[in-house]
Amino acid sequence: MTDRIIELKDVRKSYGQVYALGGVDLHVDKAEVVGLVGDNGAGKSTLIKILAGAVRPTSGQILVHGQPVSNWSAAKSREAGIETVFQDRALAVQQTITRNIFMGRELTGALGFLKVAEQHEEARKLMKEIGFTSKVFSPNSIVGQLSGGERQGVAIARAIYNQSELIILDEPTTALSLTETAKVFHFVRQARAAGRAVLFIGHNIHHVYDIAERFVVLDRGRVALQITKAELGSAEALIKFMEDIAHPAEAGAELFAQGVPS
Amino acid sequence: MSDAANEGAKATAKALDASAARRLAEGRHADQSPFRRFLRDNRPAIGSLAVFVVMLLLFFIGNPTVFSQWSIYRAVLQGLPVVLFAVVPLVFVVTVGEIDLSFPATMGMAGWAFALVIQAGYDPFLGIAAAVVVGLLLGFIVGWLVVYANLSSLIATLGMNFMLRGLILIQTQGKSIAMVTLPQTAVYKIFAGDIFGIPAQFLWALVFIVICAFLYNRHRFGARVHVTGDNPDAAQQMGINIKRVRLQTYVFVGLGSAFAGVFAILINFTWWPTAGDGYLLPVLASVFVGGTAPWGGVGTILGSAIGSLTVSFIQTGVVGVGLSGFYVQFFYGLIIILSLLGHRWNQIRYR
Repeated sequence: MTDRIIELKDVRKSYGQVYALGGVDLHVDKAEVVGLVGDNGAGKSTLIKILAGAVRPTSGQILVHGQPVSNWSAAKSREAGIETVFQDRALAVQQTITRNIFMGRELTGALGFLKVAEQHEEARKLMKEIGFTSKVFSPNSIVGQLSGGERQGVAIARAIYNQSELIILDEPTTALSLTETAKVFHFVRQARAAGRAVLFIGHNIHHVYDIAERFVVLDRGRVALQITKAELGSAEALIKFMEDIAHPAEAGAELFAQGVPS
Repeated sequence: MSDAANEGAKATAKALDASAARRLAEGRHADQSPFRRFLRDNRPAIGSLAVFVVMLLLFFIGNPTVFSQWSIYRAVLQGLPVVLFAVVPLVFVVTVGEIDLSFPATMGMAGWAFALVIQAGYDPFLGIAAAVVVGLLLGFIVGWLVVYANLSSLIATLGMNFMLRGLILIQTQGKSIAMVTLPQTAVYKIFAGDIFGIPAQFLWALVFIVICAFLYNRHRFGARVHVTGDNPDAAQQMGINIKRVRLQTYVFVGLGSAFAGVFAILINFTWWPTAGDGYLLPVLASVFVGGTAPWGGVGTILGSAIGSLTVSFIQTGVVGVGLSGFYVQFFYGLIIILSLLGHRWNQIRYR
């Protein structure tokens, strides 16, 4: 059996009377890239926050490596090897790449003084691991000098540090140019090649289709479809499916048959 | 990984190399040369040093005989440490994105504690301990008001400055405390004596600057001060207790102000109820003349120390050149504005 990093079973979240998630089943295995798509209000953000431990589900079960976990929290999410890169990336742009990577978990020696050389070397290795091949930047470069894609790379490098198994990327290509998006894809592929799993959330279906191997479509708080790339065939099929669930009246509904509507 | 994915990866890698080459050609140079990095990291400090050297040169040309005597520099070095002990911790507060205007009153309060202990006949070392405790406590209170009571740092610290000074005035009825026996004590010899013609307090200030520079650049505390000032939301997301970091910077200013208050007494052997009041504007000006950015996230200990030197030299310099004291304020303003313009041009604000 494949190694399930995390599995959600019938997870629900309600804010008062409003259901943000109405029973979601989702799992991410080792070294796979899963694309999570869905319209605004489909429950993507809530789902990410639950995975990151920032929000606790109203009901449902969370399993880490097959073991049910109680009192799910941000700390437990990190413990389980899950790192979330939120949309705003959470970078301090006037600081060096190294300082951003080690933000909040600096490598320190005697009396809390930084191990500068070690941090520099670790940062260099991380940048190499995610394919930050650009020769013009070193770990001492200021993040503000980097392009959007490269900044995303720093955020991913930081997520990889601490041996995280699953990296959740919340709309990492939004507002990025074509080449910058290519960079982010490059980083994601490198992370996957290094054995990490990636949950890739995006609005641009073409982007998500390009990078992911398996897709989860959310619709009004439920999983409308779970499908592999091979089964799907093309990005157009995915787009069509999403248009169909958004406008059921005009539905061609071919894909409903393949999918697993809950 | 599938072949297709491999192809994709190779193509992007190639594109990345191309963009790297282009950037090199455009002159966005690498930060790998240690010399360049030194220049980059110390740009504001080098800028403020340049301002100081130019100013000194102008004074020297204005009156070569006066400015080739050591005594005029010695006079500045005697008073400078008091400023330095307040300026350097203030750089931490400004870097974390706040301001503290209450340090003059803290200097007065801590100095008062020192004076009272000596007046009561105890050892001056105990007086220093009392001053430090008072400084830390006041720093904590001011910091708590800003950080946990969520008051605006500008207004709250200004209010605390007035309130603490008011307490001193009410309690002492405006009377000063003279400590005539102080020059005979060990504390005076150690902290304010004369070492090879250099005032001891200046050497202590240098030690303090070096320690603070390491704290600022090479310590976890400094790293967290930087990222908290740069992007508090990010720092919090990454698990940094930003409120505690902010509070710590205020407590640190309290400590520095206590030292400043004690050194002010060691120079004059007298504590005045107004002790510290005159330092508010020169100290603030020094922080920014030195090249610490007013928007938080970046700053320089070394630069601000040099800034203190510049600001402290203005008065002596203007009078030494032979101009009347009426020119002093004008030159204060001129140097501040020119420095800020220089740093503005010298510094890029990344967003």
